[in-house]
Amino acid sequence: MCLSIPAKIVSIKGDMADVSAGGAIFKAGLHMIENARVGDYILLHAGFAIQKLSEKDAEETIRLFEEINNSLNE
Amino acid sequence: MKYIDEFRNKNQILNLADLIRKSVTRNYAFMEVCGGHTAAIHRFGIPFLLPDNVRLISGPGCPVCVTGTDFLDKAIAYSKMKKIIICTFGDLLRVPGAVSSLEKEKAAGADIRIVLSGLDALEIARMNPENKIIFLGIGFETTAPGTAATILQAEKENSENFFLLSAHKVMPPAMEAIIKDGVSIDGFICPGHVATITGSSIFDFIPESFNLGCVVAGFEPTDLLQSILMLIRQVNQNDPKVEIQYNRAVTLKGNSIAQKLMSEVFEPCDATWRGFGIIPFSGLMLRKNFERFDIEKEVPMRINLQEDNELCICGKILRGLKTPGDCPLFADICFPENPLGACMVSVEGACNTWYRYKLIK
Ligand code: SF4
Repeated sequence: MCLSIPAKIVSIKGDMADVSAGGAIFKAGLHMIENARVGDYILLHAGFAIQKLSEKDAEETIRLFEEINNSLNE
Repeated sequence: MKYIDEFRNKNQILNLADLIRKSVTRNYAFMEVCGGHTAAIHRFGIPFLLPDNVRLISGPGCPVCVTGTDFLDKAIAYSKMKKIIICTFGDLLRVPGAVSSLEKEKAAGADIRIVLSGLDALEIARMNPENKIIFLGIGFETTAPGTAATILQAEKENSENFFLLSAHKVMPPAMEAIIKDGVSIDGFICPGHVATITGSSIFDFIPESFNLGCVVAGFEPTDLLQSILMLIRQVNQNDPKVEIQYNRAVTLKGNSIAQKLMSEVFEPCDATWRGFGIIPFSGLMLRKNFERFDIEKEVPMRINLQEDNELCICGKILRGLKTPGDCPLFADICFPENPLGACMVSVEGACNTWYRYKLIK
């Protein structure tokens, strides 16, 4: 119920988008996000895009994991 | 899939687990507030990766589990009336009310439909102008803005047959109630999708007033392990604060558009939580401007208040005081096909999760 999943916007019509997640297409209301574009990744929750996912921050988290990796292997 | 696979990397999972093992110096207990976290923690086997002295406790963050019996009994009573269509998220269907459930009423002929969002319910209202449509609004700050957007849309369309029965709730008052209840924990794994909307700053009162750490966590295995590591470090350094691990979705201030939608449509009210009773200002009701969408104003409904099944200890589980293994009915009389309490119904409920992952006592 509180589940929100990352999904990619495949098309936009007005304030609704088709988004793809795990091989399926869902409808997502864009009422809560600005400047949505096809190709953006969003968090889908109960039929709405609740946030755009930040690629930069995702990469930063992964970089941190890699640092941990390196420090443990030193 | 992007944003998922990178956070399920086996090497990184094992490294983080290793680092956690090297960091522990005492016993730790952390509460995951969100039911989505409870489900993810068990799905990915996180407890088996942690040393014995790190314990995770489930909290009240499954909206289905904390929805009071009175709400279900009201929904059931409405479903028995003529020319009413109930639209609900699927999770609510099997939750036992005092004597029945929406699923049983549906089997008996009531018009109850499963929807994925409020907008779907509004569409059903458009297609069925002869009927009153009641959308059962449950969920925390993550879900409430969607309901608010739906209400604004209904107003724009001048819908005369779309109504809401609201059990929407907000999280911080319940977390405060848990702390005051005396649960013994060292910090919170804070709900990542609630914080996506509200921003991490709504948890600031927890380290400030109660000296407990908070890490806003994502839902993948490396997210959860990293968050647990961050909490352990906070405890070790005696430096409780609010940190964001889930930074690809969460900021300090959150989603301001969603917050605006929510505050335009809803105002705080007292609300009943299963297991807690009434928590002041923890619910959301429609503001006066939108009262005409409130089904309880349109068709007032009185039900007799019933006690919950007295053997079910869901309430204590939601408050972090017991685990499903402490319930004498668990996996004995109560299981997902025959749930006695809401915690066994929802896939985010602690009892259901324990059952599915065979954490049999
Ligand atoms: S096992 Fe069933 S009866 Fe026991 S607490 Fe969980 S839901 Fe309630």
